[in-house]
Parts: sequence; C-alpha cells; structure tokens
Amino acid sequence: MKFLHLISVNLRRKKLRTLLTAGSFMVALLLYGLLMTIKVALSGGVDVAGADRLVVLNRVSLIMPLPISYKEQIQRIPHVADLTFATWFGGYYQDMKNFFPNYAVDPESYPRVYSEYLLSEEELAAFRADRQGCIVSPPLAERFGFKVGDRIPLEGTIWQGTWELNARGIYEVSRGEMLTSEMWFQYDYMEERRQFFKGTVGWYVVKVDDPANAMEVATAIDTRFRNSPFETKTDTEKAFAAGFANQIGNIRLLILSIGSVVFFTLLLVTGNSVAISVRERTGELAVMKTVGFSDASILTLVMAESLVVSAVGGGIGLLLAKFFTLGGDPTGGMLPYFYLPGRSMLAGFGVALAAGAGAGIIPAVGAMRLKIVDALRRV
Amino acid sequence: MVRVDGKGSGAVVELRNLDKKYYRGEEEIDVLRGLNLDVDAGEFIAFMGPSGSGKTTLLNLIGGLDTPTAGTVRVNGDEISALSGRKLAAWRARNIGFIFQMYNLIPVLTAFQNVQLPLLLTGLGRAERRKHVEAALGLVGLSDRMNHYPRQLSGGQEQRAAIARAIVTDPKILLCDEPTGDLDRAAGDEILDIISRLSKEYGKTVFLVTHDPMAAKRASTVLHLDKGTLLECTADGQLVCGTEEVRR
Ligand SMILES: Nc1ncnc2c1ncn2[C@@H]1O[C@H](COP(=O)(O)OP(=O)(O)OP(=O)(O)O)[C@@H](O)[C@H]1O
Ligand SMILES: [Mg+2]
Repeated sequence: MKFLHLISVNLRRKKLRTLLTAGSFMVALLLYGLLMTIKVALSGGVDVAGADRLVVLNRVSLIMPLPISYKEQIQRIPHVADLTFATWFGGYYQDMKNFFPNYAVDPESYPRVYSEYLLSEEELAAFRADRQGCIVSPPLAERFGFKVGDRIPLEGTIWQGTWELNARGIYEVSRGEMLTSEMWFQYDYMEERRQFFKGTVGWYVVKVDDPANAMEVATAIDTRFRNSPFETKTDTEKAFAAGFANQIGNIRLLILSIGSVVFFTLLLVTGNSVAISVRERTGELAVMKTVGFSDASILTLVMAESLVVSAVGGGIGLLLAKFFTLGGDPTGGMLPYFYLPGRSMLAGFGVALAAGAGAGIIPAVGAMRLKIVDALRRV
Repeated sequence: MVRVDGKGSGAVVELRNLDKKYYRGEEEIDVLRGLNLDVDAGEFIAFMGPSGSGKTTLLNLIGGLDTPTAGTVRVNGDEISALSGRKLAAWRARNIGFIFQMYNLIPVLTAFQNVQLPLLLTGLGRAERRKHVEAALGLVGLSDRMNHYPRQLSGGQEQRAAIARAIVTDPKILLCDEPTGDLDRAAGDEILDIISRLSKEYGKTVFLVTHDPMAAKRASTVLHLDKGTLLECTADGQLVCGTEEVRR
C-alpha cells in the first residue's frame, strides 16, 4: 500500500506519455471488444447451444426438408430422450425489412426440448390451445411493441399469403444476454395452409439422455436413413450453429490475425515507453537500491507501473466497447446475438495485462540488474 | 583507534588485504591493492587523494554497494563481502547512511517523502514514520521545507534533505562522498557542521571523501589514498610518516 504513492508519482511525472500509452491500450481493447462482439454476433448462438441436443438436417442442404414420418423412427433409437422439430417459415411483419427468424414448431415438444426458454403454465396452455397462437421473444416484443393477446399478421415469403397469429406468450431466459429476436408458431397452422412441402419439417432436434451418448445417437440416426430419398446429417447443436457462422468466412482466423497485430504493436509501443521511463531515472533507481530497496522490489515497482497503465487503459477500452454495444443489434434483426459477453471482457482484460507484463518485463529486469555503482557514476 | 597496517582487531570497520580491479577490455586497472583499515566506532575519517585514486571505490566497498576483487570487508562484525543481493540490500538499509555529492533526491517526491523512502522498507506504521522523518528533518534544520520538492530547494537545502534521508533509519555509519563538492563555502560549511555534529553528538562513525583540506580538518583522522593503499596525513596534505598505529 505504501508503495502505491511511488507508483502513482512515477506515472504522473510524464503525464502525456502515460496518457498516450494508456490510450493505446484503450484503443486496442476497444477494437478487441468490438471485434469480439462481431464474432459472437456472426457465430450466432454457438455459445448458447446445449451439448445434449443434436440437430438432424437434410444431408443435401440446410433448406431441403425431411419427412415428418421420421419422427417415430428417430424416437425409437436408443438414448433419444426427447424429440421435436421446426420449419423455417421466413415471414416478415408489415415490411420486408422487418425481418426476423420465425419458425413453425410442434407446440407440445418444442418448449419442452428448449427448456431454457421459460414460459408460464398459462402461456403454454394458451399457445397449445390456439391453432394460430405464437410465442414471441422479448427483443421482438420490444421491437414492435407486441403484448400477449395482440394479433400479428405475418407475411409469408416461401408460402405466400398473410398468416394471422395471436401472441400467446413472451418467454424469458435465465441468462439475460442470450436473447434473440424470434417467433414460434404452430406447425399445424402452417401445414394446413401451405402450398408445397406438405408432410415435411425443416429439421429435427433430438435430446439425448446423456451428452456422452451424443456421437453414438448421431451415427445411429444417419445410418438409419442412409440410402433413403432423404438422407440425414446429424450434428451437435453447437456444430450446427457454427456451420452457419462458417458460411460467413473464417471469422475466428480473421479476428485472431487482427488481434495478434494489435497485441504486438501494443507490446512494442508500451515496451518502448516503459524502457525510456526507466532509462530516464537510472540514477533514482540506483539511489533507491542504495537505501535498501531490493532488486526484486525494484522489479516489482517497474512492472506495477506497466501493469497499472495497461489495466486502466485496457479497462476503459473494454468499458467503451461494452457501452457501444449496449444498444444491441444495429442491423435490426440480422445479428440477434449482438453483445459483448462478460467472458470476452475478462479475456480481453487478461490480454491487456499480459501485454502490460510483456512490455514491462525487459525494462524491469534491466532496472533490477542495474548495478548501483555504475548507475551512480553516470549521474 | 584507526590503523592502516591490518593489525587491529574488533574494529567496527575492518578491511583486510582489499583488492579492487576493474577491467576495461584487455586493460586491467588496479584501483586498490592490499588495502588494510581498522576504524573504531565513533571515529571521523576523511579520505583524500587525487582524482581517480579510488576514494569512491573504497567508500562503495565499505557500504556494500560493490564487492572487492579479493580481501574481506567486515562492518559491525558482518562479513559483507560475503553477502549478496537481497541480504546486502537489507543490511545496507539497517547499517549505512549514504550522502552523495549530487544529493540524488528523487525529483517527484517532496523533501518529506524523500526522507521517508528508506522507512518504507521497514515495518513502521504511518504515524511512526512521520515522527522519524520529522525528527531527521528537524536535525538538519529543514522542518519548514518538508513539503517542498527538490527543485524548490537550494543546493545546500537539498544536501541537508539528503543527510536527513541518510540518518532517518539511524544507521551507525555514514558514508559521505564529496558532500560539499557542489556547494559554495557557506553552504558547504553548514553541511560539514551537521556532519560533525552527527559524529560528536550522535556518535556516528563517519567516512568523508573530500578534496578540500578545510573539510578534512573536521575529521579526527585524515587518510591519504595513494597507489591503492592508505597513508595517514595531516589535513593540509603533509604525510605523517613512520607510524603504524596512526592515532591514539
Ligand atoms: N566501472 C568501472 N569500470 C572501469 N573503471 C572504473 C570503474 N569504476 C571506477 N573505475 C576506475 O577506477 C579508478 C578509481 O575511481 P574512483 O571513482 O574510485 O576514484 P575517486 O578517487 O573517487 O576519483 P574522484 O576524486 O574523481 O571522484 C578510476 O581510474 C576509474 O576510472
Ligand atoms: Mg569519487
């Protein structure tokens, strides 16, 4: 504690330099925060996806359907605990640009399999009882001001016409940040009116009794339908979500490259500034050693300066990034997962500290090794 | 008692057969050669000698800032030439006060904070530290300049603050390397008054390096450093020859 004052006066002796160094941390971590936000947004719900859920798709393509008759057959496969299905409907509300994901789902099993979406007993019962009922996610409700009981006309794009829906519930999630703009409505309602693809579903979602059995179940399902007109491709939900993301490009690599360049630039800029500040007070460091400061305590003091600058600069940068992304999805529906996760902020802070430590270590070791007699001669 | 023949025993500073060589590339510089010195507690020694004769080197060896090429340095019974690194730093903090020609105060700390610096390494609490710092600054007559930064002090005042820093931990030994070298006569005399007082009233063992015979006159013994060893002389440079035990 009593050394804090020493650290702070040393940082304040060249205020502009300290500000510029902290500023480069701020800019770098702001950039990092925004990149992470974009990465999370583009990789969709990869992080939210459960490990015990498998997604069964048509082997040929994501947009090709599967027969509804597969339901009974999949259910009989060992270790399948539960099963539901959904179809991408692709409707919009009022205007084409008001796009948001909407699915036709099985009202019985879908809320059961996606148990992280919380609905009250009454809401569930009302949804299941109303053929034209629908469930709305909180961001969607907020975006258009939907309330339970509202009538929502959905314009079909794949299947033409206006589909009249009644909002019967707005789900909640236990983890606040994971919300996406979406809507579920009854499969039967779509099925009775749609002009083609009758008797099919978009994909099945299989819940396995134990994540350890996931691979076995996936193989069993795909084997079961091999050589049928509708071959399947079963993957974990994470892989499914990541598959979407990979279509946009190798984001991870891109972000990693940008991140590395920023990190090393930071290392050089900060390392240089710490080195200069240590060289400027060679004599003072020697005096401190003379009066009894050990080599280790000198090392610690120099490192602490570098770490304080990186923590403050980096911290402000991350908070700014968080602040800029608080507004949520700037595209109005295209990037439902637009947020900066706490985990990424923590990782960013770790990276900032690592850069601070990396930049400080060489000058700090130099200061530690400094021989008093040589340094005093130079004064 | 002060001896330069290596025959004393039980002195507070005891140097035996001290060699110090520097290497500059191929060239070997013999600065100290077989130097012996015994100094009892409370003595006031002045080191004189031409520039480059090794006065600073000798002082650094006594203070544990440097290690000899050969020979032993015993201070207060500790063989410090055998200590290293961390132990030596802690030992210095307890036993030695250093005063340099260039004051070497830290410019971003006030006089008070500069003097307090060595106390940060002790277990003393805030209030106790303040008491010690105020006492040290009072002793050098700087009580009214406590919150001034070095650049707001005159050279003499800076040197007084440096003395306060050297004595704040109450070390038994003071090492002063040309403390008046950068000051005019009046300011220099004030500094020498303080150092003399520390010797007489507080019983410190003082080693003073100086080029100034007037300053050397304050010492109880003047030693001349020449060709790597010590000889006793009078303050104005006259060698006192033929004596083994140089004083009392
Ligand atoms: N690190 C070093 N490397 C090489 N030579 C050194 C080193 N330190 C001191 N010397 C040499 O050792 C000799 C003694 O130096 P020292 O500083 O002890 O002399 P001094 O008596 O204090 O001189 P001055 O009166 O000018 O302060 C000088 O010749 C100096 O050049
Ligand atoms: Mg010298």
